[in-house]
Amino acid sequence: MSAAFSKRQKAGQRLVNVAAGAALLYIFIPIFVIVLFSFNEPKGKYNIKWQNFTLKNWAHPFVEKELTSALWVSLRIALIATVVSTILGTLIALSLSRYKFKASGAVNLFLILPLTAPEIVLGSSLATLFLNRSVGFGYVTIIIAHIMFQISFVAVTVRARIRGFDWTLEQAAQDLGATPSRAFWKVTFPLILPGIMAAALLSFALSVDDFIITFFNAGSLVTFPLQIFGASRVKISPQINVLASILLFTSIGLMAGAMILGRRRERRHAGTLSR
Amino acid sequence: MVDNSTSQVIHLDHVRKQYGSFTAVEDANFTIGRGEFFAMLGPSGCGKTTTLKMIAGFEQPTSGSVFLEGVDVSTVPPYKRNVNTVFQQYALFPHMSVADNIAFGPRSKKLSESEVKKRVGDMLDVVRLAEFADRRPSQLSGGQQQRVALARALVNYPSALLLDEPLAALDLKLREAMQIELKRIQREVEITFVFVTHDQGEALTMSDRIAVMSQGVVEQIGTPVDIYKKPESLFVAGFIGSANLLPSTVSQFDAAGGTVVLNGGGTVTVGRDNVASDVTWATGEEVTIMLRPEHLHVTVERPAGDALQAEVTDVVFQGSAVRLVLQLDNGTEVTAIVGGDADLPFLRPGAAVWLSWLATSPYVLDGWPDLAGATTTNLESIEAAL
Repeated sequence: MSAAFSKRQKAGQRLVNVAAGAALLYIFIPIFVIVLFSFNEPKGKYNIKWQNFTLKNWAHPFVEKELTSALWVSLRIALIATVVSTILGTLIALSLSRYKFKASGAVNLFLILPLTAPEIVLGSSLATLFLNRSVGFGYVTIIIAHIMFQISFVAVTVRARIRGFDWTLEQAAQDLGATPSRAFWKVTFPLILPGIMAAALLSFALSVDDFIITFFNAGSLVTFPLQIFGASRVKISPQINVLASILLFTSIGLMAGAMILGRRRERRHAGTLSR
Repeated sequence: MVDNSTSQVIHLDHVRKQYGSFTAVEDANFTIGRGEFFAMLGPSGCGKTTTLKMIAGFEQPTSGSVFLEGVDVSTVPPYKRNVNTVFQQYALFPHMSVADNIAFGPRSKKLSESEVKKRVGDMLDVVRLAEFADRRPSQLSGGQQQRVALARALVNYPSALLLDEPLAALDLKLREAMQIELKRIQREVEITFVFVTHDQGEALTMSDRIAVMSQGVVEQIGTPVDIYKKPESLFVAGFIGSANLLPSTVSQFDAAGGTVVLNGGGTVTVGRDNVASDVTWATGEEVTIMLRPEHLHVTVERPAGDALQAEVTDVVFQGSAVRLVLQLDNGTEVTAIVGGDADLPFLRPGAAVWLSWLATSPYVLDGWPDLAGATTTNLESIEAAL
């Protein structure tokens, strides 16, 4: 009986593996195709059918002038918006998880609103607001729009990461003579930094990626997604795949780098007093 | 060595702490001396931890004042008070090595790095963890983490070290070893230790003096022997060690002592020394006779003098001793402890025996207890001994 049972167990185990593999394929095939087609040598203007392998596209990634400048616009916007929203979102997350105050329930509710409301609503209403106030569309409006949804995202992510943080650590630091600010920077901040970094990286990606809200608030400024969308009607160049791949590998590299750096710092810390 | 003018390290002056309508600490008024090992003992919710937090500076008294080294520090924040705390779950910084954890205090006080290094080295020696300096707290056992927490709190040479249930997270064997270790460290560094615990055995073993607290009120402060032998209230009598509390009525009591009658029958002769205070009770007043289990003698024949008849209901072998559960004629359950080496074949459930005691054993307290008979606060140690 136990042999039969273990046989069934094995079959079940195999089934789980197959299902997991299929799910991973489902997620990774599109990404794989993007990278693969960056090595394609398309006939005509549309890079949608596999022809020949070439390194030509990678040798000239910035040959599409408009695409390249759109990418720089997107990165610039993402950098500023991410820095601002990471700082503000982290402060919200800290205050929500640390203090119980009267409005904390309401703040919680308003926090997830930008994440749950349809982007089309957020984008169009924000555009209406800017038009009403006669704010000229451009960098400022896009950055304001991005910060709006990024703050919520950062706050929710950081709060999830610091749930269960042991606040007696801060008490211990103060007990040992550290001022509240020293206690925060030397104890709390290093411990929640990985959570903040993760939230920042993800929200950076959200900003680079955003189409709908940006579309409503961009005016004549063209970001990377807007450029790809606009150009796709006349041309899909393999440089799109090259730049997308670069973005992909950069973000993977950043995450791996952050992890390695974190480990190395731990090791260095461990030795500070032994020498 | 002890300078009288500075021998008061901590003084609580009529301290009261109120949360809304709940009074956590009511009129705490006592002094802790230099180099003392002082315990605050009581059941959970008695206000002992709140009192500790007011000394550390994490809570401010609603009224009254906290004095440290003669200075009123009631409103001084924790980082400016020269006391340090060992937290219940240690609160070690997980991202720092053992050495950096210990160095945190002196670095916060901006001492030179060479002084920091020297102090950390000294402290690692005191807690015998020198070879673990580079480890992370997560790589240490519970007992080692405990010692890091101690070293980290002692490295600033505080006026007093505050310990919040420091041994609660350890298993029994380790707890007993750490009790001895704590005493050794305290003698070595000669710093006042203020120790919060709910474990009366721990408090009796380690402390120079104990403050027994209940529902925010300090019931009694005294040496372990005083508190055990001369409890001032029924709560203290029941909470410290185990006791048989027998509600009685005074038949006669004067300057030379007297006799009381147990509710349900039996008389007990009481000497003048065996009372909580200098009062003289009038005939008919409600009092309680306390008899410690180890003071009861168990015999088959009726002995001379005061004695009570009882029936054995349970015999619990504890190795070094035998714990008997007995029922008095009036139905009250009492316990007695007899030597484990005694050959007492008659001690089996159902046996009829006589309980007697030395004239100095019975102790008289005011009022009647909520529950007559054996207190069960000692269940933990009974279980542990089994």
